[in-house]
Amino acid sequence: MSILAYGVAAWLLLVGLWGIVNSRNLVHQVICVSVVQASTYVLLVAVGYRSGAVAPVFSGVRVGTIAVDPVVQALCLTDVVVGTTVTALLLALVVQWHKRTGSLDPDQVDDLDEQG
Amino acid sequence: MTPRTRRLLFLASAPVLGIVVVAGLVGLPRFGHSTAQYGRVLNAVSVPERHITDVVTAVNFDYRGVDTMGEEFIFFAAVAGVVLLLGTQADESPGHVEDAATGRWVPPTSDAVRVLGLALVGPTVLFAIYVIAHGHLTPGGGFQGGVVLATAVLLVYLAGEYQHLHGLYPDRAIEGLEAGGAAAYVALGIAGLALSGSFLANWAPLGKLGHLNSAGIVPILNVVVGAEIAAGFVLLLSAFLHQTLILRRHVRPPAPVDPHRRQP
Amino acid sequence: MNVFVGLALVLVGVVGSLVVVIQDPLRQALTVSLFGILLGIVFFAVQAPDVALSEIVVGAVALPLMILLALAKLRGGVR
Repeated sequence: MSILAYGVAAWLLLVGLWGIVNSRNLVHQVICVSVVQASTYVLLVAVGYRSGAVAPVFSGVRVGTIAVDPVVQALCLTDVVVGTTVTALLLALVVQWHKRTGSLDPDQVDDLDEQG
Repeated sequence: MTPRTRRLLFLASAPVLGIVVVAGLVGLPRFGHSTAQYGRVLNAVSVPERHITDVVTAVNFDYRGVDTMGEEFIFFAAVAGVVLLLGTQADESPGHVEDAATGRWVPPTSDAVRVLGLALVGPTVLFAIYVIAHGHLTPGGGFQGGVVLATAVLLVYLAGEYQHLHGLYPDRAIEGLEAGGAAAYVALGIAGLALSGSFLANWAPLGKLGHLNSAGIVPILNVVVGAEIAAGFVLLLSAFLHQTLILRRHVRPPAPVDPHRRQP
Repeated sequence: MNVFVGLALVLVGVVGSLVVVIQDPLRQALTVSLFGILLGIVFFAVQAPDVALSEIVVGAVALPLMILLALAKLRGGVR
């Protein structure tokens, strides 16, 4: 079980990076970045998990009941929302880039001087 | 760098990264056996100390409220960036989809979508307010509720085509709401500094455990964050909709077709 | 319960790989929506309802929608 949870996090990281490196399309590349982001959420939430423990919400649950770690969840929760906004920023950059150059090929992003 | 070199570079470096990652993961506590001490303490003290039953909210808006302020400003900066990038550029002007997208037939919104969309607006807004208001009691809060609230605005666009509604869109008010939400968070923090001697201190009365108006400033922080996130997401989606449906880059206008000229 | 967590994790791994492997961004946008929902289910299963709620509203609705709108602009061909 341990191998599975951390393995999925590591796998998503590597697969996402592979996608970024091999991408033929800037939109595809941005989506791969969001897969890499998701790997950090899986890792953080997995680190805080305790089998048999309840969620860290004590409405209707007696204080003192063993609950999972709330700190890592707090880290994820804000980043899920904020990370999406950053993805939106990347997409906006792609849209502008396409408008200026007509290209979506990541390989052509090198020549900023020629095309700017 | 050619795609081939890049792929080779990745294949050479990925195993190194993999080994480092696996070495790091091996040092972690086994899955299902978290040993986090900080979390254990927070789970024990959050209810008696702060009257907050959702400990995740307690961490976000009370014990580590400063981090959340940082996150909020990342959000703010990213939204500002998107609005700048997708706004009307010097060589663009608003146009109509009909005149530019020739050869594409855009089907009108069906009555079923209109009715269902409008019918869902009310419940969605209500649910968003519920999620924001109960942030300190049950799972939810300003971040989640804010996104749900923005979805309600999206439903309005869905029900009555964006091209016809964007004139009614109060962009100044939405921008003001976003900036106001961010500013109010800082203002509440400074109020804590003035009243209790530390930034973002929970200075308001804690109230009765489990009540909606308990937990001091946490529900207020949830409301201002909810307002900022909702306004921010509306700005984001409007920026993309505006870009896709309204903006047209100045191109040479097509030569007028002479109706009297005979086509060969 | 543990079987459920395991199954959800495997699905997240598989669909996450699919998101990367699929080359057409339009299909990818729809797969990413499914990926968001599955992540939400994993978070629910490991007792993280706050994160799950966040991931579902954002990952299943807001993110795919923004990708679709960007694609509509890029594919429109009208500049």
